[in-house]
Amino acid sequence: MALLLEQLLNGVQLGVTLFLLAAGLTLVFGIMGVINLAHGSLYMVGAYAAAVAASATGSAIVALLSGLAAAAGVGMVVEYVVLRRLYARDHLDQVLATFGLILFFNEGMVLLFGRQPLFVNVPEALRGTVRVLPGVDYPIYRVAIIAVGLLVALGLYLLIQRTRVGMLVRAGATHREMVRALGVDVRLLYTLVFGLGALLAGLAGVMTGPILSVQVGMGEQILILTFVVVVIGGIGSVRGALFGAVLVGLVDTVLRAYVPGLLRQVMEGSEADALGAGLASMGVYLLMALVLLVKPRGLFPAHA
Amino acid sequence: MTLNRRGLLASGAALGLGAASLARPALAQAAPLKIGMITTLSGAGGYIGQDIRDAFMLAMEMEGGKLGGTPIQLLVEDDGFRPGQGKQVAERFMKNERVKLLTGIIFSNILGAVVGDVLDAGGIYVSPNASPSNLAGKECHKNFWSVAWQNDSLHESAGQLANNLGQKKMFILAPNYQAGRDALTGFKRLYKGQVAGEVYTRLDQTDYAAEMAQIRAAAPDGVYQFHPGGLGISFLRQYVQAGLLSNIPMTLASPSMDATTLAAVGDAAVGINLTSQWNSDLDVPASKRFVAAFQAKYNRIPTFYAQQSFDTALAIGAALKGTGGKVDDTEAFYRAMKPANFESTRGKFAFGANNHPIQDWWAIKVENVSGKPALVSKDRVLTNHGDVYAAQCKF
Repeated sequence: MALLLEQLLNGVQLGVTLFLLAAGLTLVFGIMGVINLAHGSLYMVGAYAAAVAASATGSAIVALLSGLAAAAGVGMVVEYVVLRRLYARDHLDQVLATFGLILFFNEGMVLLFGRQPLFVNVPEALRGTVRVLPGVDYPIYRVAIIAVGLLVALGLYLLIQRTRVGMLVRAGATHREMVRALGVDVRLLYTLVFGLGALLAGLAGVMTGPILSVQVGMGEQILILTFVVVVIGGIGSVRGALFGAVLVGLVDTVLRAYVPGLLRQVMEGSEADALGAGLASMGVYLLMALVLLVKPRGLFPAHA
Repeated sequence: MTLNRRGLLASGAALGLGAASLARPALAQAAPLKIGMITTLSGAGGYIGQDIRDAFMLAMEMEGGKLGGTPIQLLVEDDGFRPGQGKQVAERFMKNERVKLLTGIIFSNILGAVVGDVLDAGGIYVSPNASPSNLAGKECHKNFWSVAWQNDSLHESAGQLANNLGQKKMFILAPNYQAGRDALTGFKRLYKGQVAGEVYTRLDQTDYAAEMAQIRAAAPDGVYQFHPGGLGISFLRQYVQAGLLSNIPMTLASPSMDATTLAAVGDAAVGINLTSQWNSDLDVPASKRFVAAFQAKYNRIPTFYAQQSFDTALAIGAALKGTGGKVDDTEAFYRAMKPANFESTRGKFAFGANNHPIQDWWAIKVENVSGKPALVSKDRVLTNHGDVYAAQCKF
């Protein structure tokens, strides 16, 4: 029972990390109609900036702020310099251009920091474990990630549902032409939304830095799962991104933890482990196929 | 444009002069023997290739540019961590430079792409690291030598160490690919206790939280894991973050914890057990001289890889002494190499029937030495240990 709870917490933690990435991706796609493959690069930029700032100053706050600022800054520059030219083009051009950006960012990071992974320490205040239930100790840092992720979800909900900017974002997602006709500076709105998405990706990068190693190509590893989340949740829907992300996080973690054990009941140990590992990594994609079969536009379609 | 051309001409002339001045004294004594070193100098494994190269050059330098009295010209090229590139470099070495003796490859998959061409062309390959099971067993070859270990020995010795440490219930993990499955098979070959759990992780996995929870729930006496490179560092850090290292000790094979990895992980690694055929603090005179010379020249602690490469150079030197500096007669080279007439930094060293080492394995523990984590040697784990594949080898 304690094990199941711990695995569920692991699933939620992976889920909120995916949510931070998926929220930006789905907003950019829903509002601007741009497929941004380079979203993972912004995650990497955030992680690198935080790692470098942390080793230079030793301060977790400075690291957090530098990571956020770097990701949001780079994101807005990319929007201004590259993506702005692509809104009117078809998706193939966007995919090609943003794939080029991935190569550019990866090689740039190699030039700047080399291929050796960087390591970030967990901030002093968040070290150690906390007893969430009798018999279940869980790292404080991962609890903090879950808390921050849920706070961001709440903040995004308030921003999008309760503010004027949020109203424009919602309107932009559903009635783009009308918003433009009413005299709203759509270009500025796009840059801001893209910056917000980049900021969230950067936040995910900063927070995962102390758990994983910060290295070139880290963005692509998580980007594929992020796309799965966006498709499951419904393209353009932040609410869908939240539910999709937690669902994907839970399914991935629980399958990884329990499928080999179940298979071991019916077949020999090491074969069961190898097959189980394979099945578990397919699970998320099976989930996506199932969701698309039942709800072709995702769980919470934005343009319904 | 003119400036560029002039610069180009000047550097061309300088190169020509350099080559000429290098060639002249060599011509006076007969041309030096060329040894081709293909190794990984770029990417996350780049530091390993650097140690392999530097240690080999150190062995040459300590003998005044010679090995076994034969003047050597070492050609070094990067394989870029790509088997195809390693194969191309080997072809260039053999066809253009007429190299007969090659060494240096770190990764088994690159060795696999290169070694067949070298042996088929009548060349000799002396491995300072990668030694997969096929080359030790059925596909063994008179002209393939390993001065490191057979890959399985790394994991067998760790299994024996777990026995010695009284760990009756082990949880074992490795990535789901060939070397990972071999690692767990090797570990189980000598480990006598119960395997509480056997988990294969994904090779592209970065977050091991689910595995940490399984380990905690299984409550084993110890954990053995083989995760090469950056994966291992992530695994170890998450293991520490989950508060597991203080309750469940971890046992590793040497590739998961060398002097460089230790520097990256830092204090978190204190308390980890591992096995190796050598450590920088071994009480062996040849080892002490090597460590002192390496530190004086390169200002860092040599890794296991550096030691393997240093011994490779010494072994080649002993063989060249026997053949009078000739490598064309591979039968004569075989006879001169086989007795391993060199003072190994490991103390004891011999070649088995399949040209792979027979040697002792040591328990090593990460301890705090004057405020910094260091690898400290403990007891001998295995004595005169060879490998199980030697029986299948018929030259």
